[in-house]
Amino acid sequence: MSSEVYTGQAQRAAVAAVAVHDGDGHAHHHHQSFITKYIFSQDHKVISKQFLITGMIWALIGGFFSVIFRLQLGFPDKSFPFLETIFGHWAAGGHISPELYYQLVTMHGTIMIFFVLTAGLSGTFSNFLIPLQLGARDMASPFLNMLSYWFFFAASIIMLISLFLKTGPSEAGWTAYPPLSALHEASEGSKAGMDLWLISMAVFVVSQLLAGLNYISTILNMRTKGMSMTRMPLTIWALFFTAVLGVLSFPVLLSGFILLLFDRNLGTSFYLSDIYIAGHALPNQGGSPILYEHLFWFLGHPEVYIVMLPGMGITSELLATHSRKPIFGYLAMVGSLFAIASLSFLVWAHHMFVSGMNPFLGAFFVLFTLLIAVPSSVKVFNWLATLWKGNIQYTVPALFAIGFVSLFISGGLTGIWLGNSALDLHLHDTYFVIAHFHLVMGIAAFFGMFAGVYHWFPKMFGRFMNNTLGYIHFWVTFIGAYLMFWPMHYEGLAGMPRRYYEYSADALAVYHRFQGLNEFISVVAIIVFAVQLMFVFNFFYSIFKGRPVKDPNPWKANTLEWTTPIHVGHGNWPGEIPEVHRWAYDYSKNGIDFIPQTVPVSPAEEEVAEPVKTPQ
Amino acid sequence: MSGFFVVVLLLLLFIIVVQIAKASEYVAILKGEKKTQEQNNRLHATLMLVFLIAGLIGLYVCHELLKDKLLPAAASVQGVAIDHMMTITLVITGIVFFITQILLFVFAYKYRGREGHQASYYHENSRIEFFWTAIPALTMTILVAIGLKHWFTITSAAPPNAMVVEVTGKQFNWIFRYPGKDGVLGKRDYRLIDEGKFNPLGQVWSDPYNHDDVVSSELHLVVGRPVKLEIGSRDVIHDVGLPYFRLKMDAVPGVPTTLWFTPKYTTAEMAKMTGDPNFVYKLVCDQLCGAGHYSMVANIVVETQQEFDQWLASQKSQYELAKEGGAIPSDTTKMAMLPVKAQQSVVSEK
Repeated sequence: MSSEVYTGQAQRAAVAAVAVHDGDGHAHHHHQSFITKYIFSQDHKVISKQFLITGMIWALIGGFFSVIFRLQLGFPDKSFPFLETIFGHWAAGGHISPELYYQLVTMHGTIMIFFVLTAGLSGTFSNFLIPLQLGARDMASPFLNMLSYWFFFAASIIMLISLFLKTGPSEAGWTAYPPLSALHEASEGSKAGMDLWLISMAVFVVSQLLAGLNYISTILNMRTKGMSMTRMPLTIWALFFTAVLGVLSFPVLLSGFILLLFDRNLGTSFYLSDIYIAGHALPNQGGSPILYEHLFWFLGHPEVYIVMLPGMGITSELLATHSRKPIFGYLAMVGSLFAIASLSFLVWAHHMFVSGMNPFLGAFFVLFTLLIAVPSSVKVFNWLATLWKGNIQYTVPALFAIGFVSLFISGGLTGIWLGNSALDLHLHDTYFVIAHFHLVMGIAAFFGMFAGVYHWFPKMFGRFMNNTLGYIHFWVTFIGAYLMFWPMHYEGLAGMPRRYYEYSADALAVYHRFQGLNEFISVVAIIVFAVQLMFVFNFFYSIFKGRPVKDPNPWKANTLEWTTPIHVGHGNWPGEIPEVHRWAYDYSKNGIDFIPQTVPVSPAEEEVAEPVKTPQ
Repeated sequence: MSGFFVVVLLLLLFIIVVQIAKASEYVAILKGEKKTQEQNNRLHATLMLVFLIAGLIGLYVCHELLKDKLLPAAASVQGVAIDHMMTITLVITGIVFFITQILLFVFAYKYRGREGHQASYYHENSRIEFFWTAIPALTMTILVAIGLKHWFTITSAAPPNAMVVEVTGKQFNWIFRYPGKDGVLGKRDYRLIDEGKFNPLGQVWSDPYNHDDVVSSELHLVVGRPVKLEIGSRDVIHDVGLPYFRLKMDAVPGVPTTLWFTPKYTTAEMAKMTGDPNFVYKLVCDQLCGAGHYSMVANIVVETQQEFDQWLASQKSQYELAKEGGAIPSDTTKMAMLPVKAQQSVVSEK
């Protein structure tokens, strides 16, 4: 690593910068009970940890479910007695029943997408980083912030309860299309479990709206002196657009779910018409399931960008910091985040090419879907250019950031296949889709989350996570991800349908040729899941016994969160909030390893970017 | 018992790994941060390069192992266009894939941190941003143009000489209806469905067009002749998945959908092409429809016009079966199961 060049002069200037700014300086001294400090906390840092830990617990549950259904897919003829121990009559004889299989895949998707990669990812990093990286004492509304977590918690409890119902949780897929999800007779999971699923999701949407509004208000209104929008770190830009996406699209999902609850329980016909089931014709007339699909996917597509954008912001931040190089094309990165966020509202029906909607409509969605590949590829090129001529420090977060780029390339390119409607005619609802979204969302987005956890753990807990375990975590997961999901594309090309309990029947003999591959994927999945357990152990163990942080800025980063004390108190900065004088990416400038944002621009330094107006 | 030992073994392995990890942390502290970071930089940069090489080899090996498990040549005229489109997409995305992944891992190795090495502050270039925005935009436009050309052709109206087959999905099997000699499918009303009375589709028996309609659990198609599928569902959303033909379309209750295509190879021809004398074309359900979703597989027979006519002629119409089963009295008009107003509101048109 290049020699320590954070000169004494610059250090004195930074301290002076912190002292000079006169804002509202002092921390409030109000009495806090254990409950208000740790449980119903209104401190954004505590709330972020609540989101993180809840998200991790859900990730373990969702991951465990995937191991179980992969046992079925990999070893359809074997029986595992322990399954009956855990699942009772749903796995009689140690063999997963079709109902249990569909419950598992439904809950796996629901949990991973919503509870882990939305609440667990945005909830953690937006809460933790927005005030700290912008120079604010806390969120715009700490009270709403507290509510956003506890609504998430309530949604979690309701979803958990649904797992233990007599008729079981929802088995209609995370997509919950009616009439399957609307008709009690259509499946066991469409009885009480579906109502609880919908109510849990409604409460979850409330949590996300409360959170998103808070994040947007804080970013727009509470930046410290000198922190113009164009000096914000890319993490904040990404989290900002993520919040906007959520606020605009979650309400539509909620409306879709409410209409579904009405159809289920109040005899309405929003989605139902001409149905004969369980021996009788239903009176419903005039509804269309395609209406639900539109309402669902209007959120469903922005949702995957809600999942993806924070990881993109974190990757930009980490690639710059750990390569000791400014992010390449900062404005292009902001612009591409904006383009992705905007376009994401115009592509939803690429999930509906074969739904029976008017094919002419489909054409528009092909155009916008392939267009969204453009800002996505711009991001990849800028990341590559950031690594180019860098001085990469191979910390654990750096590895996950690089892994993110690789996985995003792989998964993103297959999106171009699926977004072309003519190809989607063949590939829709096959294993090609599963391979695509697991590479981008299942793994890449998780890598963004892991990268963020390893990178900000020292700031969150004043200790380091164990490096060796982190390195093992990275390599096993990275290699395992490709081993699982790369060959899966071939199954999709062969038209192998997704969401099939088994392929053993004679009627599906054409897919027996993939049984060896299915077994291989399942074995890798078990190993990868085991390594995640090791990560969770590392996380919790290091909170208490990790190597203590001695330097408040262990990564030698420029952003504001590293100007707080090692153990950040309520109010974040013990004195005045620092003032910002430059962007966040002055790494290796004029031979200086890094220059924090708080360091004023000296006359000797060349001008940094364009003069920006300070907000007020 | 053996499961218990496996768990114990894994736990022991885990404890060993954790102890090694803790020990290496102490070693790192002793060595000093700078030296440890240098060694890690070298190790993981090398691993990145190894991953690239192993990955490229893996890609090749994977392809060799799996390429023969793919489907035979597309069995529909439309499918040929789709396969062609897929090849173009593969080539374009493949080029991008190799360039970007190789650059990523080569940079990851080449620019690893080491003594005496410094990063460059160079961080923006509007010209290159323009180019690497414009080139993807152009490429995507080309893919859109080709893709939509195929899309509009495939989703255009079926040719007038197309044979019509009605496909109805239900939990958990498919029902096919053929128009018979009069060439017209009779009226249906879902409120008339009665499995016990030989009326799984709710055919309106007072409509004479229904009298020669044949209902089957097999889809029969004529080679070289366009077929128009009129698709629907009795209960939940299903999907008519036709992997060999590279096509699919959702079956939606209350919303009739349609798909047309021209089969290229008879079942016998495909059996020869694949070297599998037991070859049968399959229709698979491609939309989650309940616990039996995986079991909704129907057989498709592609045959000559003559064979098809023979087969159709040998089938009893559903009306005949219903009459034989005593489900229809001799005078169908008196049998009005619904008020006249309801009989006029029909679900399926021809």
